[in-house]
Amino acid sequence: MQYQTQGFSLDNSGRRIVVDPVTRIEGHMRIETNIDEHNVIRNAVSTGTMWRGLEVILKGRDPRDAWAFVERICGVCTGCHALASVRAVEDALQIQIPPNAHLIRELMAKTLQVHDHAVHFYHLHALDWVDIVNALKADPKKTSELQQMVSPAHPLSSPGYFRDVQSRIKKFVDSGQLGPFMNGYWGNKAYALPPEANLMAVTHYLEALDLQKEWVKIHTIFGGKNPHPNYLVGGVPCAINLDGDLAAGAPINMERLNFVKARIDEIIAFNNNVYLPDVLAIGTLYKQAGWLYGGGLAATNLMDYGDYPHVQYDKSTDQLPGGAILGGNWDEIHPVDPRDPEQVQEFVAHSWYKYADESRGLHPWDGVTEPHFELGPGTKGSRTALEQVDESAKYSWVKSPRWRGHAMEVGPLARYVLGYAHALKGNRYALRMKEQVDYSARMINQDVPKLLGFAPTELGLKQLLPTTIGRTLARAMESQYCGEMMLADWTELVDNIRNGDTSTANVEKWDPSTWPAEAKGAGPVAAPRGANCHWIRIKDGRIENYQCIVPSTWNGGPRDAKGQIGAFEAALLGMPVSDPEQPLEILRTLHSFDPCMACATHVMSPDGQELAKVTVR
Amino acid sequence: METFYEVMRRQGITRRSFLKYCALTTTSLGLGPAFMPRIAHAMETKPRTPVLWLHGLECTCCSESFIRSAHPLVKDVVLSMISLDYDDTLMAAAGHQAEAILEEVMAKYKGNYILAVEGNPPLNQDGMSCIIGGRPFVEQLKRVSKDAKAIISWGSCASWGCVQAARPNPTQATPVHKVITDKPIIKVPGCPPIAEVMTGVITYMLTFDRIPELDRQGRPKMFYSQRIHDKCYRRPHFDAGQFVESFDDEGARRGYCLYKVGCKGPTTYNACSTVRWNGGTSFPIQAGHGCIGCSEEGFWDKGSFYDRLTDVHGFGIEANADQIGGAMAGVVGAAAAAHAAASVLKRVADKRAADQNQTVA
Repeated sequence: MQYQTQGFSLDNSGRRIVVDPVTRIEGHMRIETNIDEHNVIRNAVSTGTMWRGLEVILKGRDPRDAWAFVERICGVCTGCHALASVRAVEDALQIQIPPNAHLIRELMAKTLQVHDHAVHFYHLHALDWVDIVNALKADPKKTSELQQMVSPAHPLSSPGYFRDVQSRIKKFVDSGQLGPFMNGYWGNKAYALPPEANLMAVTHYLEALDLQKEWVKIHTIFGGKNPHPNYLVGGVPCAINLDGDLAAGAPINMERLNFVKARIDEIIAFNNNVYLPDVLAIGTLYKQAGWLYGGGLAATNLMDYGDYPHVQYDKSTDQLPGGAILGGNWDEIHPVDPRDPEQVQEFVAHSWYKYADESRGLHPWDGVTEPHFELGPGTKGSRTALEQVDESAKYSWVKSPRWRGHAMEVGPLARYVLGYAHALKGNRYALRMKEQVDYSARMINQDVPKLLGFAPTELGLKQLLPTTIGRTLARAMESQYCGEMMLADWTELVDNIRNGDTSTANVEKWDPSTWPAEAKGAGPVAAPRGANCHWIRIKDGRIENYQCIVPSTWNGGPRDAKGQIGAFEAALLGMPVSDPEQPLEILRTLHSFDPCMACATHVMSPDGQELAKVTVR
Repeated sequence: METFYEVMRRQGITRRSFLKYCALTTTSLGLGPAFMPRIAHAMETKPRTPVLWLHGLECTCCSESFIRSAHPLVKDVVLSMISLDYDDTLMAAAGHQAEAILEEVMAKYKGNYILAVEGNPPLNQDGMSCIIGGRPFVEQLKRVSKDAKAIISWGSCASWGCVQAARPNPTQATPVHKVITDKPIIKVPGCPPIAEVMTGVITYMLTFDRIPELDRQGRPKMFYSQRIHDKCYRRPHFDAGQFVESFDDEGARRGYCLYKVGCKGPTTYNACSTVRWNGGTSFPIQAGHGCIGCSEEGFWDKGSFYDRLTDVHGFGIEANADQIGGAMAGVVGAAAAAHAAASVLKRVADKRAADQNQTVA
């Protein structure tokens, strides 16, 4: 089968490669690709392979409890669904939260961004770029020189330090028990780093593992634990008491605020000294090797709702400004409104669901969830032993969301392209994003090549950003930016308290008897993986309907009725694989989206069950 | 290869202490003194225990919690204590290379590997609501459990079912012990469990080469034999009848007891108020929100998280879950009422008690 869509040519005639499970992601997914005689991917099929039915479970429950249920959509991006939930409920009930609560939620959201991005890069994604076994060949002295070159401010850079790490890795490898590194793709030609860069990155894998557990303590201060800190409709649960009676036992006091500040300082240092320099160095080395694949939809269609307002409740001050970009035209930013029924819609033509008319999409407030697990006639294997799915029929538990009918890529890269476009139009709240993009492009084109003794390049932003490298770079820039914004949020919080405001919750509408009989709301959030939004309908104090469209639904969804492909599938097309037996490049590009499949596929309910025919409006 | 002995030495433990530790282990295993050198030899040379960590329907919060462990550091657990041979969240290999690892470890370490399960198998839809390698997760779970030495059920999903098993449980998500019935299972519930509780259970098993003592429900007594309420730093306020009446009120700022805004600490068995979270930084009650009871079976279906408990066992910290059991539920309501009355009487006697926030409704 061959066809054209969105400027891509799909051809499933070549050899089929199946990767299941795709590992180092959250949740479960399967990818099937067809490669041509030159080992270039010509067809890609993304299948979400788990579902839990949380929206079915939420029906009839107390809307004030919903945050805890949906928070359990994902323990990796922990908190971003709880935040979307309390926002949706507050939107429906028209509750405004106090400024302190806003700032504390901002601090928690950005803590998640930093944590999630760094853990993704070092612990889920790095092994796609870094050959851990090859690090054993590195000269610790040269590694030290490399470290000091790419990040002069990082104190952990002595030859002895790298020698110690290397010797620990050597002992580990020599033990013959490779643990999580067993059966990896070590020695694959697609690894492009010299041994010293590999050793530096492996060392930072361990440094980041030690440090990430410190950063999340900001969640522990404000939300009591991490993963899954506590949220509250109307504000935050952590009351402030700086110098009154019993302040020492209060959730937030001076010691707690100082604790948070110390973690923010550590975050900023790590981003500046380790994370961003590593990504710039690795990005440069892969760019030098000519590996600029994986763009897909990023070259054309990108979207985010916008978040992190500089002024509470003023979207025009969003420090991650939203909008939609179509056809790669960065000069035009289309406004995006999650409440508009004409904009965000979900399709199920290739998802295991049934609509009365599958050529149409439905807005989440008016959607239908009628499961229909059915495999196409071209399926190989059996119903409980899939060998190959048939993408001409239904093939995934993920739905296909579209914005005004267009498949969109979401995520940090989408936000950076949007930020850049906003800045060009004079939006001062996006200037820092543009500055970061310009700096990174200069580093990758000029400065890092010079340091490493390569010829500089002149790649434009539209060549550099819509790539697997660009997606990974955007995440590092966003982590740095979030750390900086956290410092501003913390300062504003302390200023606000100094001015005499210690309020943390608005409980005027806590009692359901104060609610209207019917209400509906939407809660958009800039989640680590991209645009996240929850939609709620409340009736008589209970949840009537609850729908989430999460980032990995946008990116990982299957084709729609018109055959339009989503971001995962698009990004793999045209990419060569060096060894078809080893899916290294496939993993690298998929991981650059940081797939979160428990997020993407929680929206289902089973067929053949009494509950199956749930009409979600 | 770094042996157990080397790990201990690197962590600052002297050879003398190591040998003493081996002697204690020998005694605790009921072996004669002659066995001590053999135990020491084994500790010095034995390979790291393979752990196969499977993921069913879950949210990965257990893995995320695990990597937060401060003592021991998770890098030391993974590099030096266990051999984490399969864990789809962290492992380098994917697809058939990943699945090959399972077969290899199961054959090579038959009866000697630990199976750790995060999440649970759904049984509806022929099990195909959780697909691994094209097949139902429940098949993988059964296959890998067959030759495991023991099974750890991480978190509330594996232990009880958790959020996807909340009513109406549309996927028929089923806890591990209802699918695997012929193996020792250690339940480590919580959503997620505390990091140091997770690594504590693992290191206990490696150190003493045995399963920790479990309560009737299969939870390690060392972490789950007390209610949050029993060791809560706000307990004196409960006893004094000082409660948060609504969020962000004066009582909330003073750190009063959260019982009236729904805290489930009095009926939740976990180590949050003792071990605390994230290296001992805090725990939910300290941060101002009531405990939602996330380590208890079916906690999603016990009413709103903000509903006041009606079955609080007011006095005494000595009772554990086994002793309370179902029979207690009927009488503890009365106990709570009696306790509330007692706290009113106590306050009336106290002339300084004028703050209306202390009024017990």
